[in-house]
Amino acid sequence: MLFPNIISFILRRLKFKKGVKYYFTFAGFIIIASFISMALLAPYIAPYNPIKKAGDPLESPSFKFPMGTDGLGRDILSRIIYGTRIVLRVTLISMVLSFLVGVPIGLLSGYAGGKLDSIISLFMDSLYAFPGLVLAIALAVMLGPGEISMGISLTVVYIPTYFRMVRGETLSVKENLFVEAAKAIGAKDRTVMFKYIFPNIIPSLPIVLSLNAADAVLTAAALSFIGLGITAPTPDWGFDLRMGYPYLTSKIWWPSTFPGLMIVLLTLGFSLFGEGLTEILNPRLVRK
Amino acid sequence: MSLRVYIARRVLLAIPMILILLTVVFLVMRVAGDPVSAMLGAHAPKEQIEKMKEKLGLNAPLHIQFLDYLWKILHLDLGRSLIWGQRPVLEEIMEHFPATLELSISAFLFGVIIGILTGTFSACRYGKLIDHFFRVYGIVTYAIFIPWLGIFLQLIFGVYLGWLPTSGRIDPLMAPKTITGLYVLDSLLTFNIPSLISAVRHLILPTVTLGFYLSGIFTRLTRAHMLNVLQRDYILAARARGLSERRVIYKHALKNAFIPILTMMGLQFAALLAGAILTETTFSWPGMGTFLTERILYRDFTTVQGTIVFFAILVVLVSLIVDIIYVYIDPRIRY
Amino acid sequence: MIAMNRNNLLSLENLKVYFYTEEGVVKAVDGVNFIMDKGETVGLVGESGSGKTTLGLSILRLVPPPGRIVEGRVLFDGMDLTRLSENEMRKIRGRRISMIFQDPMTSLNPLMKVGDHIVETIMTHEKILREEAIERARLLLEDVGILPERFNDYPHQLSGGMRQRVMIALALALKPDLVIADEPTSALDVIVQYQILELMRKLKQTYNMGLILITHDVSVVAEVADRIAVMYAGQLVEYSDVNSFFNKPLHPYSEALLESIPNIQLSDKKLKYIAGAPPNLIDPPRGCRFHTRCPYAENRCSEVEPQTVEFERRRFVKCFKYLR
Repeated sequence: MLFPNIISFILRRLKFKKGVKYYFTFAGFIIIASFISMALLAPYIAPYNPIKKAGDPLESPSFKFPMGTDGLGRDILSRIIYGTRIVLRVTLISMVLSFLVGVPIGLLSGYAGGKLDSIISLFMDSLYAFPGLVLAIALAVMLGPGEISMGISLTVVYIPTYFRMVRGETLSVKENLFVEAAKAIGAKDRTVMFKYIFPNIIPSLPIVLSLNAADAVLTAAALSFIGLGITAPTPDWGFDLRMGYPYLTSKIWWPSTFPGLMIVLLTLGFSLFGEGLTEILNPRLVRK
Repeated sequence: MSLRVYIARRVLLAIPMILILLTVVFLVMRVAGDPVSAMLGAHAPKEQIEKMKEKLGLNAPLHIQFLDYLWKILHLDLGRSLIWGQRPVLEEIMEHFPATLELSISAFLFGVIIGILTGTFSACRYGKLIDHFFRVYGIVTYAIFIPWLGIFLQLIFGVYLGWLPTSGRIDPLMAPKTITGLYVLDSLLTFNIPSLISAVRHLILPTVTLGFYLSGIFTRLTRAHMLNVLQRDYILAARARGLSERRVIYKHALKNAFIPILTMMGLQFAALLAGAILTETTFSWPGMGTFLTERILYRDFTTVQGTIVFFAILVVLVSLIVDIIYVYIDPRIRY
Repeated sequence: MIAMNRNNLLSLENLKVYFYTEEGVVKAVDGVNFIMDKGETVGLVGESGSGKTTLGLSILRLVPPPGRIVEGRVLFDGMDLTRLSENEMRKIRGRRISMIFQDPMTSLNPLMKVGDHIVETIMTHEKILREEAIERARLLLEDVGILPERFNDYPHQLSGGMRQRVMIALALALKPDLVIADEPTSALDVIVQYQILELMRKLKQTYNMGLILITHDVSVVAEVADRIAVMYAGQLVEYSDVNSFFNKPLHPYSEALLESIPNIQLSDKKLKYIAGAPPNLIDPPRGCRFHTRCPYAENRCSEVEPQTVEFERRRFVKCFKYLR
């Protein structure tokens, strides 16, 4: 159901309409696509094996090693390329999971209203108010290191985000006359929710997804940075950023700078895409 | 409804929120994983495991553990550390709290002031180039990974230019007499100028690192609300009375746009804490963030749990305070 | 039109105000000529979109972008307001010429006390002590019929009628020569409308200022005004004294306007309305703008724009009927 929407957005954008918001979305899309391609084509484009020593430790960027080598002599560029896989896996999978949990609950809660809605909302709001990173840290500490525990931590942290967004939309769509009409002709609650309300929420979903992805990339990187992410020697941007830290005072800037740059770029890609879409779908300021 | 009733209701609402969070923390720390293997590793000898279990009270049924946990928290007992001197967790937290507070306040002021000023500036120049610039600024700042920004600033200002220190809170042996625990404030109160200079120098880079993304958020927010308010009739009416443009923008427009901005300030506090953890780790700033990450590495379970509980309560309290302040400021609710 | 003499207060010469929008150039005010005397009350009448509000705003140079005064002069007290700097203009706003807006709820700053609005205005234009300004503000509020204890109230604590009184006090605070009231009673219910109009009439006698009363309600004009100016599609189509106007309106549009007012005594007649719709201001029709809806339309009406003619002493009309 989502795919036709995404495809039509892409096609519309390729028409190069005037306006900053279109450039944003397009730029964001290009960035995201590049990273996904990089992850998929990793074995073909990475010059070296990311977890094996390829040269002398801490060699500065050169033609041989475009981003230099890290403290263990591994090629940073290759680690970055393979690192894309980890980041995207963890981020996208956790997003899909939180989406699958948060959206139906939001739909249900918003539609049902009353006491059930109040209780669930209270729970979700409390969770949402809590700093996401701290909750992720708590979960990651208990679940141990590894991709899966990172994924679960992120999933739990972002469920309230999807819940709130979908519930809000449900509440406003619920007020429309056609919902009342549907109920009047005897449609079951399940039908009203999925056939009538949900399709009206779909347009705002890509926005929440991409903005949330941006946040997730940052949180995942933060977890790795603190040391709660994957285990060495798996290439992970946040982890590598941290590993490069001791060498900074010696002016060896490349082990930290490049992984960090990748984090920023990927986050930026998702942000631009999401923000651009927001402007396109909800024209903000209509001057009189 | 009257002011008192509103405040009472709001306070009452905070209680279930805290309870929910405490429960979540409890569940995560006891049920999501095994605290013992988290501490000792999966292959520790059986004897050690049993001893640890006893110590952590993990042999009692879950609901007893939970009630015990709540009871202790009510009495401000967050347990004792499992390492070194086994000091009370709350005590150790309070030692590190002022550092985090100082950094947070500093970054908050930085981010909010710059954000509001640039947002207002941008709104008044709607459609012009500088407005577009700040719109992009608002989006980009959010994506800048805090440790990366910190490292970047450290490289430039610390390593290459050598202008500012890259770690710590103050030069050793320069710490001022402790009155509030906030070095800048204490230095001022004791007229200790060298101490003040050192404290400020150490505060600059971490403040910018932590406050940077915040400034982006407030630029966007202020700009959006200002644009909204500037379209209102009372702004036109104020101009029609010959008021100076400066007065119209600040006393009439910004004051009205400020209220939703204030709400956002409260909401941003939680994110600020998260960012503080990262900033402190990057700059070896001796606050709660560094404290937490350290204890995680040492597998000091009770301290980690206690610190997270502290965060939870802190967040709810701050949002409560902000909501109450908000009600005082907006006369439409008061009367 | 005529050259200004000592009695004149305001003169608009060929005023054109256009809005440059994405869809095109909206000619909101397209060549208006107008003169009024000191102490006169002029009712500026027209339907929504006729340009009357824009005209009012342009006198104070408060037309919001993308609107601009494109051509013409606004002569006031020997000055051309279109040529003044923003600073000089600010000295005029609120002090020599002031404005009352339609919706009093949204025209007052919700976070500022009612009395403070007035104090602020006074202190902006005069160098006096705050205490003095507060005293004057209190007296002003009394003048408009607001109890002194309401000085420290916030706008939302007042009723619609009271808020409009505050707006009036604000407008008169510095004893201006001219007050422009843009639909001052449209947002109020009928009884309050009457009270406000009475108040305005009374204050006019005390302050003797010029008043431009912008409204779509012709009956209000009949009550209060000396002269009436009728606007249609951005142009002034008739301008005369009130008595002659209501006796026998000149322009076909004015005729139709008066006929469409429901008359209780003729209850068996159907409600009359003006067929058709106001023209698009981006692309107005050639010739007279009213000709598509005019029952007297001739051939020349669709080809050339009629000139404004002085039918009788100080009665102006823009229609071919009166052109020899």
